[in-house]
Amino acid sequence: MKFVIACMLLLSNFFKAPAQQKLFTKTGTVVFFSKAPVENIKAKNNKLLSVWDVATGQIEFSVLMKGFEFEKALMQEHFNENYVESDKYPKATFKGIVETPKNLFSGVDGNYSVVVNGTLTLHGITKPVMIPAKVQVNNKIISASAAFIILLTDYNIKIPAIVADNISNHIQITVVVPSYQPLSPH
Amino acid sequence: MKKIFLYTLISLFSLSLTAQEEMLKGIEDSIPAREKVTGAFKSTRVINAHSIEMLAKHNLDFRIMHRFGFVSDGVKQFFGLDAASFRMSFDYGITDNLTVGIGRSTFRKELDLFLKSRLIEQSRGQRSVPVSVVIAAGTMVFTEQSFAPVKPGFSDRTAYYFQLLVGRKFGNRFSFQLSPIVVHSNMPVNVTEDKTIFAAGGGGRFKFSKRAAFTFDYHHPFGKLDAIYTSPLSVGIDIETGGHVFQLQFSNATGMNERAYVTETTGKFFRGDIRFGFNLSRMFKVGKPR
Repeated sequence: MKFVIACMLLLSNFFKAPAQQKLFTKTGTVVFFSKAPVENIKAKNNKLLSVWDVATGQIEFSVLMKGFEFEKALMQEHFNENYVESDKYPKATFKGIVETPKNLFSGVDGNYSVVVNGTLTLHGITKPVMIPAKVQVNNKIISASAAFIILLTDYNIKIPAIVADNISNHIQITVVVPSYQPLSPH
Repeated sequence: MKKIFLYTLISLFSLSLTAQEEMLKGIEDSIPAREKVTGAFKSTRVINAHSIEMLAKHNLDFRIMHRFGFVSDGVKQFFGLDAASFRMSFDYGITDNLTVGIGRSTFRKELDLFLKSRLIEQSRGQRSVPVSVVIAAGTMVFTEQSFAPVKPGFSDRTAYYFQLLVGRKFGNRFSFQLSPIVVHSNMPVNVTEDKTIFAAGGGGRFKFSKRAAFTFDYHHPFGKLDAIYTSPLSVGIDIETGGHVFQLQFSNATGMNERAYVTETTGKFFRGDIRFGFNLSRMFKVGKPR
């Protein structure tokens, strides 16, 4: 009896162990870009959070919508008030699995192409996405980047006809994580 | 024995589940979550009065305001549309918390200048602040020709105001502000009137769609004013289209600067002495990108 409990406790510790192999960042960058006949719209948020569990390949990203900075203050206000409704849906998140090449963490410098499969939640709507990404290992510093396109209609973000020439439905998103840090266990 | 096994298995399972759910949680929690509450009003003016909204740094707001005649004048005056009072202004955001503005009204051919500063900004999260506090101070001088036997000098034509705005955005749709104001005219329109008039006031808006909102503002002057003068009340609709904000309203006030609407509003709103009017705001970005 006691032995079984001891085993269980041990086992539970064993399950917790991979937590040490997590990487994280608080300083990732997300840029989105909309190219339209009247004007181009670009916004940047450099407070992207991400945790990457290397053992399981699980990866998560989270960003506050109000943290996007636009060139024009009015665009920023409209973005938050009228389009993404930041008060109602404060965050955009991504949860997925990185199909990690085996030798990625063997300590060898190099560039690796990976595919991230997961779901993107934006404006309260979750959609599956597949994102090709690049991971770079340079002198034990791991950095990553990815670029993909989303459709505003997929996320129920409506563009009134009157400004249809100002905002594209195709939004190009670029994600850059300059360096992932090891997440120390609490 | 079986029970213990099952229990441990369940707790193990739930442990791994919470670990997955909370992968980002620990990091999110380590970041102080303080967020400014933005967009209490669509525009820097509720209708006549300043709102707690400020212009962003390097933004220029060109405003055209119109007030027509009383609707109660009837069809002969085309329900007031034959007569128009006009104010044009340029407001500029020096910083996100400091706005300066200059305006010119047809009513008494009055020129006005103001400075508006936000002292406290509403925020939520850690160390949240429940209200925004803004102060506005301004001066105006009327340039209309005087037919008085003794011609008024520059200082006689000048008036000043100081206004305190305390407002809050309640939830997503409703915002309300208190806007007490003191107006001092060096030489009031009628000699029997008090030079310094205090007025209690307030304004609010209710957003009924993403781009449209109902608005109102009201001031009640205290002090001795001629009997013909009433309290300015305005109700309107804000409509936003890209870089423009259209404010359509019904108001009993003719003048659109602080001295004019606080101390020189005639007409009783609830007896049909209502003027149709509109404000048009166009925002320009001046200076370098941020």
